[in-house]
Amino acid sequence: MHPASPTETDAGKTPRVGLFCTCLVDTLRPSVGFAAAKLLEEAGCEVDVPRQTCCGQPAFNSGDRATSRALAEQVIVAFEGYDYVVAPSGSCAGMIKAHYPELFVGDPDWMGRVDRFCAKVFELVSFLVDVRGVARVAAAYEGTVTYHDSCSGLRELGVKRQPRALLATVDGLSLVEMGEADTCCGFGGTFCVKYPQVSDAIVGKKADHIDATGAGTLLAGDLGCLMNMAGKLQRRGSPVRARHVAEVLAGMGDGPAIGEPAPSGKA
Amino acid sequence: MSVEITSPAFKQNVAHALDDVNLQTALAKVGPGFISRRLGAADKMPEFEALRDSARDIKNHTLAHLDLYMERFEAKVKEMGGHVHFAVDAAEARDIVTDICRRLGAKTVTKGKTMISEEIGLNDHLAARGIEPVETDLGEYLIQIRGEAPSHIIAPAIHLTKDQVEADFRRVHADLPPERDLSEPTSLLAEARGKLRQRFLAADVGVTGANFLVAETGTSIIVTNEGNGDLTQTLPKAHVVLASIEKLVPTLEDVSQLLRVLARSATGQEMSVYTTFSTGPRRAGDADGPGEYHVVILDNGRSGMLAGQLREMLRCIRCGACMNHCPVYHAIGGHAYGWVYPGPMGAVLTPSLIGIEKGANLPNASTFCGRCEEVCPVRIPLPKLMRHWREKEFERHLTPAPQRYGLGVWGFFARRGWLYRPATRLAMGALALLGRTRGRFSSLPLAGGWTKYRDFPAPEGDTFQAQWRKRKERETLARAEAAAARGDAA
Repeated sequence: MHPASPTETDAGKTPRVGLFCTCLVDTLRPSVGFAAAKLLEEAGCEVDVPRQTCCGQPAFNSGDRATSRALAEQVIVAFEGYDYVVAPSGSCAGMIKAHYPELFVGDPDWMGRVDRFCAKVFELVSFLVDVRGVARVAAAYEGTVTYHDSCSGLRELGVKRQPRALLATVDGLSLVEMGEADTCCGFGGTFCVKYPQVSDAIVGKKADHIDATGAGTLLAGDLGCLMNMAGKLQRRGSPVRARHVAEVLAGMGDGPAIGEPAPSGKA
Repeated sequence: MSVEITSPAFKQNVAHALDDVNLQTALAKVGPGFISRRLGAADKMPEFEALRDSARDIKNHTLAHLDLYMERFEAKVKEMGGHVHFAVDAAEARDIVTDICRRLGAKTVTKGKTMISEEIGLNDHLAARGIEPVETDLGEYLIQIRGEAPSHIIAPAIHLTKDQVEADFRRVHADLPPERDLSEPTSLLAEARGKLRQRFLAADVGVTGANFLVAETGTSIIVTNEGNGDLTQTLPKAHVVLASIEKLVPTLEDVSQLLRVLARSATGQEMSVYTTFSTGPRRAGDADGPGEYHVVILDNGRSGMLAGQLREMLRCIRCGACMNHCPVYHAIGGHAYGWVYPGPMGAVLTPSLIGIEKGANLPNASTFCGRCEEVCPVRIPLPKLMRHWREKEFERHLTPAPQRYGLGVWGFFARRGWLYRPATRLAMGALALLGRTRGRFSSLPLAGGWTKYRDFPAPEGDTFQAQWRKRKERETLARAEAAAARGDAA
């Protein structure tokens, strides 16, 4: 039996959300995962984190179809029992939603199943706003922030207005737009290590735009882009701190920013 | 000017490009200008997105029936007194043009802008046979006097600064008085015009490209902003059109739709300044026009694409929007790509035309930001087609060994969650401990590509999945204790 479709679950009962935490959040910044879980619970969802590894995007974009297909099957099996699958990343959600179907073309055993699965996969912030109808968050963050539109979320999933709408409801926060907010930061997954010089040139321009805003905090919806931009800003000695947008929206923006030590010096 | 291929040396090309101060100065203006102009033009036209669909459909239809339209085009050109020549490869195309020039005793050949000429290396070929090619598009003229190749398909000299152009004119134009002011673009243009006027009049053969070939009328069409194409093709004894097979469209009505997306996507203009239709040679009673009209239609590997997964690339109408919006192109310019076609469209097309072995870097040198696909007037899924090449490279073991090995190790773990989870916990625990004082790393083994330019954040500690399970266990325990407590109370 297939799980209930999103429309059925909208009729009042608590939807069960499988949180796809993403490799980077899982390994490097678990606080983003907890922030995502908190936001989802506040939006009336029951959150579960099934055992998982990776969506397969690095393999997919490196031309290794066999590995990406194997990982896609693994993700589908682990998550298809939930009403929704939500990831705090437009890149991973976009990989699943926009590209998984390509991996199963011509395979009648999977195609329908994959399409049904992809229909319930969402990026976190757009899920909160577009699916759960969240219009405001109960969070405070003192200061000026600027927001970078990560490419996959923006172009594959239409994530642009949703994070800005919710950020506008955060107490004490003011958003100042950077120039070329929708231009790539140069991360590009394996691109940044395959062509480090080009990547550096691109993220250098991005850092110029970020610094020019005078904002104290850089926000974005993808940890990969954030690590790239934060790493560049820190290497330059910029005072701008970088956080995942979920941390701020969940009212968890008081911990160490990306690349900062924990206050006690404890890991 | 030549067909020398430096794509295999892409990484060295990149290093040169990033160190080239003049190039970086010129490139800084590329992105913002093109992007805002295209956006302005698209915003003014409510039906722009629908027109893009229509443009895509016209090209798809044509490609599906290319043989029929090709026959129709050939028949119409002949009917109008012209000649169609089919060239399987670059060498054939060069020979066809050379034969025409020789038969007419041509000493100089004026040239409108044509990328096919670059693809077949026509200028060097003609020059080696005593026939002087003269580029008449301002950008092409500039790079010709510098001995360079175009760095952009619609703005060939976009890699140059105004100061460089002035210096080149003073170097090459022997009669240029030193006191003449060339500080403004208009004065540079006037200088070039003055030089080219004599060349137009003296030319024996005029070579142009074609933006479209129209099957129903046998017409070739060029769009320009300088009017040089008109002089190139009407004044000499013969007009030779160089085009590739995918330039064909069925009707003039189709052309009118494609023109509406072409200029808007390219330069943000509603229309280019000149749109010139050429049908056959001069007829009796015509005021002007060439005595002969030839169309050379080049395949050079494209019919292979027609049958395969890269067919969508043949929709390309060469507007340049993909490179105008590409962060990689903005960083390194066009020459780094190492052959005729740069940017995202080049990253797909070049491996088809010169082989994936030589073009291996190009489809990899993309962040897959998707902006090229977002702006492509004929909706070519450029990232998907670049990924297609990456798959071919992976299948054929052309992917560089370190990347392949790294991917293999990662894939091994990612496919085995029971190994992946403890392994990542162990690794992150160790890294977190190492990085706990600073919170980040300035160098990391095996991550030099990252840490040479940026810091890498230290992990927070245990993995999210492990922490989540611990928390759930604590909650379950707490609930059980609470239930037990209630039970005691009852």
